Amino acid sequence: MATVVWALVVLLMVVHQDFWFWENDYLVFGFMPIGLFYHACISIAASVTWFLATKHCWPAADDAGEAASPEGGAA
Amino acid sequence: MTQLWIISGYLGLLLLLGLFAGRLFRGTSSDYMVASHSIGPFLLLMSLFGTTMTAFALVGSTGEAFKEGIGVYGMLASSSGIIHSLCFFVLGIKLWGFGKKYGYRTQIEFFRDRLESTGIGLVLFPVLVGLVIPYLLIGVLASGAVVNGVTQGKLAGGAVENPTFEQGTFPSFLEDGSKGFAVDGSKGGVPREVASLVICGVVLCYVFFGGMRGTAWANAFQTCVFMVLGVVTFSVIANKLGGQESFYANLCALGDAIPEEYKTRSEMSFTKFVSYMLVPLSVGMFPHLFQHWLTAKSAGSFKLPVVAHPVFIMIVWVPCVLIGVWATSELINVPPPVEKNPNILLPFLVKRLAGPVLGGFLTAGILAAIMSSLDSQFLCLGTMFTNDIVKRHFLPNATDRQQIALARGFIIGIVIVTYLLSLLKPASVFALGVWCFSGFSSLFPLVLAALYWRGLTKFGAYASVLAAIGTWGYFFADAVGRSIKAGNPGPIRTYTLDIPWGEGTVELMPVTAMVAASAVALVVVSLATPKPSDETLAKFFPVKG
Repeated sequence: MATVVWALVVLLMVVHQDFWFWENDYLVFGFMPIGLFYHACISIAASVTWFLATKHCWPAADDAGEAASPEGGAA
Repeated sequence: MTQLWIISGYLGLLLLLGLFAGRLFRGTSSDYMVASHSIGPFLLLMSLFGTTMTAFALVGSTGEAFKEGIGVYGMLASSSGIIHSLCFFVLGIKLWGFGKKYGYRTQIEFFRDRLESTGIGLVLFPVLVGLVIPYLLIGVLASGAVVNGVTQGKLAGGAVENPTFEQGTFPSFLEDGSKGFAVDGSKGGVPREVASLVICGVVLCYVFFGGMRGTAWANAFQTCVFMVLGVVTFSVIANKLGGQESFYANLCALGDAIPEEYKTRSEMSFTKFVSYMLVPLSVGMFPHLFQHWLTAKSAGSFKLPVVAHPVFIMIVWVPCVLIGVWATSELINVPPPVEKNPNILLPFLVKRLAGPVLGGFLTAGILAAIMSSLDSQFLCLGTMFTNDIVKRHFLPNATDRQQIALARGFIIGIVIVTYLLSLLKPASVFALGVWCFSGFSSLFPLVLAALYWRGLTKFGAYASVLAAIGTWGYFFADAVGRSIKAGNPGPIRTYTLDIPWGEGTVELMPVTAMVAASAVALVVVSLATPKPSDETLAKFFPVKG
């Protein structure tokens, strides 16, 4: 699962570069430019991804001040 | 005058909060500098968020959207949502663990131990302080400009009508500016220098008495204030500007009115947008954020900030960006002085569209965003001077009491120096914002390698810092040269690396080359020089199980 979460983080960084909406002037809900709406959704997706990270990649037994690393990290 | 009373009441409330936090002070230097590692998830979220959202978040985002369109959200906000939480998760938790285990209070203490080098502290110290000071100046100058802006009278036929203070209330050198009272002077508002002094004084008081605990509480309070008032500002401005019956109808009318180029990113360079993703890496090396990380009660306290930070950014930034692009429409006439200096767009809209009571509260919200960064920066500089210079090199046996006295003394000194520097009115200081962030970002490879690569050596670290600062200095000097040639600070703000590509050019943010140079220097030199001792490596890379 940790691998999936880190893959989601990388995916977020990739889909952040949305050249496909670059010149699109559509207004979502009649008022919000789609380029802005899309990136607001990226912010929400980032929170969801980080929520998954805290569930599945959280460093084990770290509360005593041990310097553990996130599971799946490079340490 | 109503706005001024509300702002004064708000500042008074902050002072009370700082004094109350001071009553809970445990009298130790650890409590003063890192709140005895006692901050729980909610306070940590609010203080981290409040610290990373500077004046730029409310005032700058609206102004940037007015200039560049909706693309600024993706460039600055959604990228930060991903990268900031990544830094909290990958760097913050580990650094907190080492800080708690080995008693660190500053980044330099960590790097000194990890690299077995006293010299790295002496190299890093001026670099970190040099990058924080312009960042502080932005806050001090912005606070003066905001308070002055909302308390000014109305200009009519070269005269000032309904001023908060009649001409002659303050000494003429404070009221008149270089071109006169009604041109670039105080225009009947609180003079900028006076407002900045009061803001510095309030922040100094609660940092002085409350230390890190007072700072964290004040940050949490101020973050609530600016988030709530930001949303209120948005709805008030939407309802006033739209001219329709319902809130939704107003939003639709305003959306329709946005000019095409501001609704899209047709005028924005895609490669510049992509390379901007490296700028938020700066949070990994912000000394004031490092100190906030150390305040956490447990590693679990990081969970809420990691998850909520991107959504909090969205709550603050989306309304500000929409207001900025609405202001480009024909529904509002933005006067040339505001058009020329978009950083005053939000205070201008608040003043024009909100009544004096709401205007006062909204101004308090803007000040809250500014002060919630200033306090942490003042405290971290005081802590660094005390721990990394005086205690390390001059008073190694300083008692707890002496350390607190030293930190407080340095904080007073830093506030005075910053305020005096702000009186010089550096014209291009706002343009320096992104350069400060880029400088911190270019040090990101160092902190990442220190935590995750056993092969990092002290010489690799020196090479990385020198490469980062060398490239930063080279590009900055080039930008300043172009700015002098152009006769305005614009080129400092808009500087990019233009790389020929086919028949056109690829625009990249200079941070791309800085991070690359820093990373390459770090790896190459580390591979060629001796590693730290096994004892040190075992300390920072314990074998699991």
